[in-house]
Amino acid sequence: MRIAVLGMGAVGRGVVEVIAEKGLGFTVTGLADSKTGLIEPEGIDLAAALAQKKKTGRCGDRAISAMEIVERGEYDVLVEVTPTNIDTGEPGLTAIKTALSMGKHVVTSNKGPLALKYRELMDLAEEQGVQLRYEATVCGAIPIIQTLQHGLAGNTVKAVYGIMNGTCNYILTRMADEGLTYEQALDEAREMGYAEADPTFDVKGIDTALKLVILANTIWKNGATLADVDCTGIDLLTVEALALAERKNSTIRLIGEVVPEKGLLRVSPRILPKKHPLVVRDNLNAVTVVTDLAGAVTEVGKGAGSVETASAVIGDLLFIKHCHVEGH
Amino acid sequence: MKIEVKDAPGQLVDALQPISEVGGNIMAVIHEWDPTLRPKTRIVQVVLEITGDRLDDLIRILKARGVSILGIGEERLLMKRSVIMIGHIMHTDLSNTVGSIDQTGFAEVVEMHVTMPGINQRSSALLTISATNEENMECAMEILRSVAREKDLLLVETMEEAA
Repeated sequence: MRIAVLGMGAVGRGVVEVIAEKGLGFTVTGLADSKTGLIEPEGIDLAAALAQKKKTGRCGDRAISAMEIVERGEYDVLVEVTPTNIDTGEPGLTAIKTALSMGKHVVTSNKGPLALKYRELMDLAEEQGVQLRYEATVCGAIPIIQTLQHGLAGNTVKAVYGIMNGTCNYILTRMADEGLTYEQALDEAREMGYAEADPTFDVKGIDTALKLVILANTIWKNGATLADVDCTGIDLLTVEALALAERKNSTIRLIGEVVPEKGLLRVSPRILPKKHPLVVRDNLNAVTVVTDLAGAVTEVGKGAGSVETASAVIGDLLFIKHCHVEGH
Repeated sequence: MKIEVKDAPGQLVDALQPISEVGGNIMAVIHEWDPTLRPKTRIVQVVLEITGDRLDDLIRILKARGVSILGIGEERLLMKRSVIMIGHIMHTDLSNTVGSIDQTGFAEVVEMHVTMPGINQRSSALLTISATNEENMECAMEILRSVAREKDLLLVETMEEAA
């Protein structure tokens, strides 16, 4: 199966590395970062492209743009792994729409386009008879979308809640364990590479809110958007609050929850007993799905990281390969 | 709770069984023997812990089993939930915040710890609220949410266990 990869950040590099190492029956015929691109219908030399990216910061030719690859490249599946833009969804949104319109499957890790235009994109994919898969957008390596769509098929989902942002979880773990202030824990998270220079997106709960929007649309196809989420971050929490929670043998975590019965989409810091299954440590994610048949199902795993997020992309690619390209 | 059961084998067990079935906790069973009673009946006093909504279920089940309930003791506040409030808690009239719950009659603040790191810094307070049942607890929470919004305090609520 031929794929084109847009984006050579942590996720894109992870995907290319995994394919270079394991093969998995994929041929990469297009590859682009934000400024350069490569088109090679017979298959790009991935090791060479990765080496060049590492050495020069660019993977290909300045004359070839990402959109050119989308429009002219020879591929079955577009892997769109460019950074999230929550205002416009671009450049990912146009790339995804274009590929779908051309009858190509799309796999993405980009939250922006899905959180902004879930219905439109899904309708387009359905019209064209292709797949748009996005496992990597929610909780990194945890196969939560597969769980909802396939593993728990036939169940009625009553609620989904969990820890969907590793940066916040790391900060809260360190505040509780070491008595660090919020600022100290944030600085430490930056040093560890868990937090961005501008942490707003994570600590204000926006990243979690986007994931809730994607989950809500996945389950109920309700057209929910970011504006529907009641969102409180962790940036106003005090170390004293964590110490007070400790008195009740509890701790504080940033929880995202979707409860359709109450029309609820909420991100908020919450008090949880330490023995609660969602109380995971450091930068882990954990998510619980409550359904009518299965009861509560909880999945725990790494919510970010290059190869970890690539795992979700690869899973989507193999799903498409097995179910839609090869198997009938 | 005082109940009247028939003086026959198995009758007492029959009357007690529903208590645990509805989630109540039996703390003591006092078997009274009163010679002035009608023959073949016994009065049993049961001390139990149960939430308000489940008590109604229990009464219904006991009645259906033919157990006479002679009396139910004082209703106490049994549901507890803790919240943490962060912000300028003292400057925004803490007693008014607590009062907003206490004056409901169905819920009250039963425990409080406040940490004030410095004069101009935000304080953090752990409040434990007791209410007679789930519905009243939710009412109390709604009052607290609105007080928190009004006073610009961050309210951190508990996450209930999965059903």
